[in-house]
Amino acid sequence: MTSHIIETDGLTRTFRVREGVRRRTVVAVDDLSLRVEAGEAVGYIGANGAGKSTTIKMLCGILVPTSGEVRTCRLRPVAERRRLAREIGVVFGQRSQLWWDLPTGESFALLAAIHRLSPADAAARREELVERLELGEFLTTPVRQLSLGQRMRAEVAAALLHRPRLVILDEPTIGLDVLSKQRLREFLVTERRDHGTTLLLTTHDMGDVERLCDRVVLVDRGRTVHDGSLGALSRTVGAQRVMTVDLASSVPSLALPDGATHLGEEGHGLRHRIGFDPDRVTAAAVLAAVSADAEVLDLSIEEPDVEDVVRRVYRSRR
Amino acid sequence: MLSVRPLSPSVGTPYLRLVVAGFRQQAAYRLAALAGLVANTTFGFLKVALLLATVQAAGGELDGYDVGTMSAYVWLSQGLLGSVNLYGRSEMAERIRTGDVVVDFLRPLDVHAGAVAMEVGRGLFALLPRGVPSVLVGALVVGMTMPTTPGPYLLGAVSVLLGITVSAATAYLVAATGFWLVETRGVALLYMVVAGFLAGLYVPIAIFPAPLFWLASASPFPSMLMYPVDVLSGRVDGLASVGLVAAQVGWLVVVGALGQLMTRRGRHRLEVQGG
Repeated sequence: MTSHIIETDGLTRTFRVREGVRRRTVVAVDDLSLRVEAGEAVGYIGANGAGKSTTIKMLCGILVPTSGEVRTCRLRPVAERRRLAREIGVVFGQRSQLWWDLPTGESFALLAAIHRLSPADAAARREELVERLELGEFLTTPVRQLSLGQRMRAEVAAALLHRPRLVILDEPTIGLDVLSKQRLREFLVTERRDHGTTLLLTTHDMGDVERLCDRVVLVDRGRTVHDGSLGALSRTVGAQRVMTVDLASSVPSLALPDGATHLGEEGHGLRHRIGFDPDRVTAAAVLAAVSADAEVLDLSIEEPDVEDVVRRVYRSRR
Repeated sequence: MLSVRPLSPSVGTPYLRLVVAGFRQQAAYRLAALAGLVANTTFGFLKVALLLATVQAAGGELDGYDVGTMSAYVWLSQGLLGSVNLYGRSEMAERIRTGDVVVDFLRPLDVHAGAVAMEVGRGLFALLPRGVPSVLVGALVVGMTMPTTPGPYLLGAVSVLLGITVSAATAYLVAATGFWLVETRGVALLYMVVAGFLAGLYVPIAIFPAPLFWLASASPFPSMLMYPVDVLSGRVDGLASVGLVAAQVGWLVVVGALGQLMTRRGRHRLEVQGG
């Protein structure tokens, strides 16, 4: 085999779904061929039901493929599950791998035993994770009493304790506040930089993709519809940022630079919405042009979210 | 009350550590343990009243039981009730139903052995708040005949550990039907009805009519409760008590092998509920 840390060929998974008395076959993952090099950070995105979680489960060996080939860390995930478990770390945003009734720190001790880490190695790694993820203040708190942000940090630490080469994160920032998201992303960036860890994550959060991933794979109905950089994806679908400005005086129309378009106005010209392509024009240039016409009281900029990008891709395909 | 010290970050055998974790996890539910003790003791008095009356009506001896040994049977069996799983429900059943079991499969562990190890830890903890006090209450309030040599206690301890393990491994089989059924409450209910009776929870299996006695003996259930009680109380001693412990080991091998098989097959059926 090659140096790929993830390698799938024609990977397919179907489910039998009951509809009343009839049974129907649903294709969750359809002929997926994916290669991920060691050290890459890949965002695996798509709408709900696009087959993301199903793919991840097959990569980790907890779901048996209907057909096709899959190698994770050069291992056959189902047949070599236990060996693979030493190589990968998985975070399911919606499931916990910590022991609910035990102090958080004891989950780490147990996991160290489960992974048969040497005491010195376990202690060093634990110290590193506690510091970087700021876990120190709640190590003695039972997991069930943690806030969501604390718990997710602990989940990530639990998944990374054994220094996995490949980290798979399924919706790691779901439900987190902005600050918690930021902390977690910074940690993952550092972890990758220091240990060369490969990341594969599914997310609905564009911020995750932008800050963590250098490659985006977009799936639709079990098939890959884009594989490349996020910039390339945004360009293909023309996803743009939207600036909303509140003006001190009403202005019927604005003179905008190239790359920006007027999307609409409210309040008799007091509020305007302007779309712009960040590759062609900066937010500052748009703001300068608006300021030339009227005093700007307030503004906000919306990022294109994953849903938006996904919707645009899907729409263009149907 | 019991205090729980944090574990040092040192490392031991994973399965032994899971036993310890189960023990500590159960320690989080002290109020539940107290409620369990009250229930056990209440039913103990009920059982003792009925069974001692039966022994006396039979002329002071019933199938080898006298008042003292019958009382020992009642209080030992009530004491083990918190540790031995005769109701068929388990954390594993819940984990399979909700799909959380995928997390277990992501660990470099034998999922079956890991689940049984934690259940054994929980069972061992329950001996402290439920087992010991229940036996003490019986001994002090009612009185019971116990062995005067150390042998039965030593072999009895082994037998109790085996009983807890056999019951955890058998309840695991109920949970593992969840790989196929998803909802296992029906199976657990059936298990509860059969297990309690054949394990000798209501009356000792020695006073069963012959066909029922043989049915019970051909099942793993007496290994969970009846045999540990027989060995510990000294009702069965010498070579015969070693025979009972050997039977427990035998049943552990059987239900353990079945658990391995069901887990391997079930894993391929696993379609993970919810996301």
